[in-house]
Order: sequence, then structure tokens, then C-alpha cells
Amino acid sequence: MEIIKELKKDALKRILLQGKRQDGRHMYDYRPISIQKNAIPNAEGSALCHLGNTQVIAGVKFDVATPFADRPTEGVLSTGCELVPLASDSFEPGPPSPESIELARVVDRGIRSSGCLDLKSFFLEEGKVLALYVDLYVVDYDGNFFDAAALAAMAALTCTRMPKVEEGKIIRTESTGLLPLNGKAVTCTFAKVDDHKLLDPSLDEERGMDGRLTIATCGENVCAMQKGGWGAFTKKDILECVDISSEKSKVLCSLF
Amino acid sequence: MAKEKPQLIINGKRADGRSMEDLRPIKITAHVLNDAQGSALVEWGNNKILAGVYGPRECIPRHDASPYRAVVRCRYTMAPFCSLEEHGRSGPNRRSHELSKVIREAFENVIISEAYPRTQIDIYMEVLQSDGGTRCAAITAAAVALADAGIPMKDLVCAVAVGKIDGQVAVDFSKDEDNYGESDMPIAIAPRNGDVLLFQMDGNLTREELSNALEMAYRACAKVSALQAAALKAVYDGPKPQASLVLGNKQ
Repeated sequence: MEIIKELKKDALKRILLQGKRQDGRHMYDYRPISIQKNAIPNAEGSALCHLGNTQVIAGVKFDVATPFADRPTEGVLSTGCELVPLASDSFEPGPPSPESIELARVVDRGIRSSGCLDLKSFFLEEGKVLALYVDLYVVDYDGNFFDAAALAAMAALTCTRMPKVEEGKIIRTESTGLLPLNGKAVTCTFAKVDDHKLLDPSLDEERGMDGRLTIATCGENVCAMQKGGWGAFTKKDILECVDISSEKSKVLCSLF
Repeated sequence: MAKEKPQLIINGKRADGRSMEDLRPIKITAHVLNDAQGSALVEWGNNKILAGVYGPRECIPRHDASPYRAVVRCRYTMAPFCSLEEHGRSGPNRRSHELSKVIREAFENVIISEAYPRTQIDIYMEVLQSDGGTRCAAITAAAVALADAGIPMKDLVCAVAVGKIDGQVAVDFSKDEDNYGESDMPIAIAPRNGDVLLFQMDGNLTREELSNALEMAYRACAKVSALQAAALKAVYDGPKPQASLVLGNKQ
């Protein structure tokens, strides 16, 4: 398998030298995106995001929980991720891999830092708050699960029903309306291959990339970033990627 | 479960309007994932089960490999957001380990594994939404995924649950019927020869009720089997469509 990886990397670099990508996209084009909200009606909020052949499901559930000791009046946001083994022959069953933990934490930081959720509004009474669980299920993997997962998570939050709470207990059959949100956080992920930066890398491009940069934005602000892989980014690279992200995020937000 | 037991049969009909022999609406879509060699989505009542199959592929670890046949592996898991109740824990638990085992044994009977020595075949079933009868829906989905993967099998396994609610034998329990019924009996069969491949039961049934329930299960399985075949024909009669999941309202 190692040799196939090397051959694919060579093919990728040869095509990039001609200023092209393998699937004919421009450097800063996304693959086709489609989002289906309320994919899992049992969850309080949910969405399925297709990004090319990558498919990610996000589900949102509420529970009553104890707040963190250092934030006694704030609700709890918990983001989990499963790279389910049916999504790719490279995903194996077992405890969460470092990749799945990184994905969950990057999506979590984007949502958390954007301030789109008012965690203070999840306070119920002393020692009791609402916990909001966002679970990401990557079910079909063809590269760039970051952007697909972030889109699925945000789309799920936009259609999340607030459950009714009575005497510290959740009544799931009744809702008090939609979860209020202050804006939408989305991410743009770039792969760096030699001196090229490619938006929304496909799986073949990811396999041949040197490094990866994910930028989360909310409105005009950058709200989270993460570099991955051993390859380096220059200062100029980072600022260019931020500019492209600000532009692309408007298009992404208009999709749901 | 703290709720009081609801009346499950009202004026001879079940709470959702079905007769004792009626299945819930079932929709089967084959070939919904790109990377998996075979896949299927089964929407059965409010259940949504996604199945994916990989293999035959290299058996890892190697000491698990058999020189005589392919090793079949099964993994049934429930998504943390699948139920109407609280947030679930991700990954397998004792229940899902047991189900994975009995489901694997059902498929080991029909997969012609002798054709692929030293390899493994992985069957993954993800319960995306649960509403009673998930193991039967998962088996039904996995069988279609195996066929979509082109894995040779003696038969296309199908499954249904039967049991007793409010003193009457009925087929295909909803969540409430599952929780408050007197008996639940999931059963998977090979429809061509009628072999029983998965068989579990809890609760109480008389000998006569058991016999009626079995007859009812065979009649229901025939309906499920026809839907499985139709789902495969829809994909393989003509050009293969783009693999894509459709859940809920498309935007």
C-alpha cells in the first residue's frame, strides 16, 4: 500500500505543476456541497452534509448535567466524533483515534469561540445546567472531514429544538422553540502540497499533502485555527488562507 | 420506562393503527456509500440503519486468518443521538457486543467464505435512529450491503421480530410495544430454505403462541425479502447511480 501512496503523490504533484487539480477544480474551489437538515428526527437537531463523496451526519442531544466547577452558571458543550469503520477502509473499530479526537476538538473550538451559542442561557438552577452534545458521524470518507463535519454541526444547530425543562427534568416530547444562535461558524481547510495551497482537499490530495490548515470563521472574525501534518506554512500562506476563508465562508453560510 | 404501561391494542388495532400482521413502512436503499464495497440504508418505521461491508480483504491480525475460509466480522453499534431519550455513550456496550456476535453467526451460515481463505469480511451496522426492532432492521440492511459488495451468499438473510402484546401475538414491534409487550422474539431466516439463522426470545409464550408467532414471522419475512430484492434491482437494473445518502428533508 505504501507504494500506491507514493505513486499517487507523484501524480498529484505532476498535475499541480500544470496549475491543475486531479478533478478539474480550481485551487480555491469546493466540491459540490449539499446539506439535509433534520436527518435524524429523534435527535433534538441533526443534519447530513455531503461534500463531494464525503458524507458526515451531525446529531444534537440535550441532557441535564452538573456544570464545570469553574463555570457554575454556564451550560456544557460537548463535541464528540466517530470515524465509523464503514466510512473508509482506513478507519478501524476501537477507541477514538487521535484523528477523530482532533476533528471533534477543532469543530468544538470553532463553535465555542465563535460565541454563536449562549452557554449562560443553559443555566437551570444551582448545580444544574443543560449539556448540549454535538456528535459527528463520518459515514463516508473522501477527504476533508473537517469542513464537512463543521457544516453538518452548524446546520444541525440551526434546526435544534430546545426541549422543555420542568423541575430540572427534560421533557423531550415538548419544545420551546429553536435554539437561539448568534451567527454561524464555518471552517475552510487547505492542503499544502509543495508551494500550492488547495481548498477542500480530496482524499487523494490529502494523502499527498505536506500540511493542512483549517480556519474557522464567524462573520468577519477568525475564531479558531488548526495546522496539521509535518509540512510548514509561511506567514504569507496563513494570511492568504484567512482572506480566502473570509470570502468562502459567506458562500458556505448561505447553504443552510 | 418510568411511564405507566400504555394500552397497546385498542379496538383490535395496535396504537399506530396496524393490524397484528402488519409491518411498519419499510424503505430499503442499496448502495448509499462510496468508499464501502457494499452499503445499504434501511428505514423501518422510525429506525434508520446504515450498513457497510468491506472485503474480502487481508485479515489483520494475521493469526486470526483461517487457511480454509474468510473470517467474518460484525459490528453493530448505536449512534449517541439515535434515541428519543438521553444522549447515549458512543461505541459498543454489552448489548451491542452480544448482538454483533449473533448477527455474525447468522451471516456465517450463508456467506460462501470457503471461496476466500486467509481473508476477512467486515460487516458494519450503524443504528442512526432507533425505534424498536433495530437488530432485525440491521440484519436486513447488512444482507443488502453484502449483496451490493458482490459477496457470494447462499441466500439473502432477512429478519423480523414477533412476540406478544396485550395477550395477542403480533409482528414487528414499535418502541412502546417492545418496552411494554409480554414477549419479544427476533428471528432471522434464509428465505429460500426457511432455515432459522438468528433466534432470540424473552418473555412468556405458550407452545401454541410460539407456533403461531413462528408462522407469522415467516409470512412477514417473505415481505421483507421481496423489498430487499427490489432495492438491489433498483441499483443493478441499468447504470449504477451515484452513491449518496438521503435522510430527512433535502435542502
